[in-house]
Amino acid sequence: MGQRQDISHSELFWGFNRIALSGFGGVMSWARRAMVEERGWLSSEEFTSLFGLCQFMPGPNIINMSVCVGARFQGASGAVVSLLGLLCAPVIIIIALGALYGRFGGLPAIQAMLRGISAVAAGLILAMGLRMAADLLKRPLLLVFSALILVAVVFLRWPLLAVMFGLAPASIWVTARRYCRAP
Amino acid sequence: MNVVAEIILQFGMLSLVAFGGAGAVLPEMHRMAVETHHWMDDATFTQLVAISQAAPGPNAIIVTLIGWHVAGLSGALAATTAMCGPSSLLIFIFMRFWEKIRGTRWRLIIQTGISPLAIGLVLASGCIITRGADDGWGAYGLTAATVLIVLKSRLNPLWLIGLGALLGLAGFV
Repeated sequence: MGQRQDISHSELFWGFNRIALSGFGGVMSWARRAMVEERGWLSSEEFTSLFGLCQFMPGPNIINMSVCVGARFQGASGAVVSLLGLLCAPVIIIIALGALYGRFGGLPAIQAMLRGISAVAAGLILAMGLRMAADLLKRPLLLVFSALILVAVVFLRWPLLAVMFGLAPASIWVTARRYCRAP
Repeated sequence: MNVVAEIILQFGMLSLVAFGGAGAVLPEMHRMAVETHHWMDDATFTQLVAISQAAPGPNAIIVTLIGWHVAGLSGALAATTAMCGPSSLLIFIFMRFWEKIRGTRWRLIIQTGISPLAIGLVLASGCIITRGADDGWGAYGLTAATVLIVLKSRLNPLWLIGLGALLGLAGFV
């Protein structure tokens, strides 16, 4: 599909609204399909480059993505509109669920269902981490840093900020020395 | 300090260290909400995460739910804005620079070097949620089965969440 440059504010809003509502348990794979394949907002290569940026910068990935895509087509106002499009409906839904939980969460049947859902939710998060880790097998030395940060956060319970600022420079240094040498 | 101000401050800081997305800072949210501020107990935190996973939209809306639970509507809006605002502003500014260094060696190094930390943090989140959620062989089995099914198939996770709810109701977990 050809590249388009004239994406309007309302198209951005409803596009991200649709992306947000079609994804359960994370929406990034849906976002790619919608923006690259269905709507032709971005080329595949542009998507990958922006996705790299959104992963590398702090903040929720898909939210970063909406800011970048909105800004690309309509500047600052486009970024705001895209962000709102992505968040409005899910926020309303989650507040409704939160209110129901506050009201009925104590019922034994709801507690039983939530126990089952929690066990599945834990598995979904673990599977996402393992899938990401599989990409790292090409650079096995870096898995040491994954393990270190896991131990520091889960077992030692150190604050994330300190751990991050300690480990990130080390990990980047090893990457530079070991895997991305100057030509 | 007023609880809404506390929420804005805590999630605002979290926004700027959330490398790897909201899933990666779940352990820090847990530390903050359960251990530091005693906003809720371990079981409640885990259930809120489960609800947010079962709802459509970005994973980041877990913060909306935490904010709602702690301080109602103002808490929900404050948490959402604080979690998304600072990082959005940062990427808006950084975007142009990133496009400028496209294809350079340093961009690749930083991108590659940061990824193992993001991965470690997502796995850490999985461990903490498992610890909070599972208290018997049935639950551990269900978590393990979920991992296997997700890795081996392309089944929509919503089916698994529904199955989890049924198994819970049936007293399996």
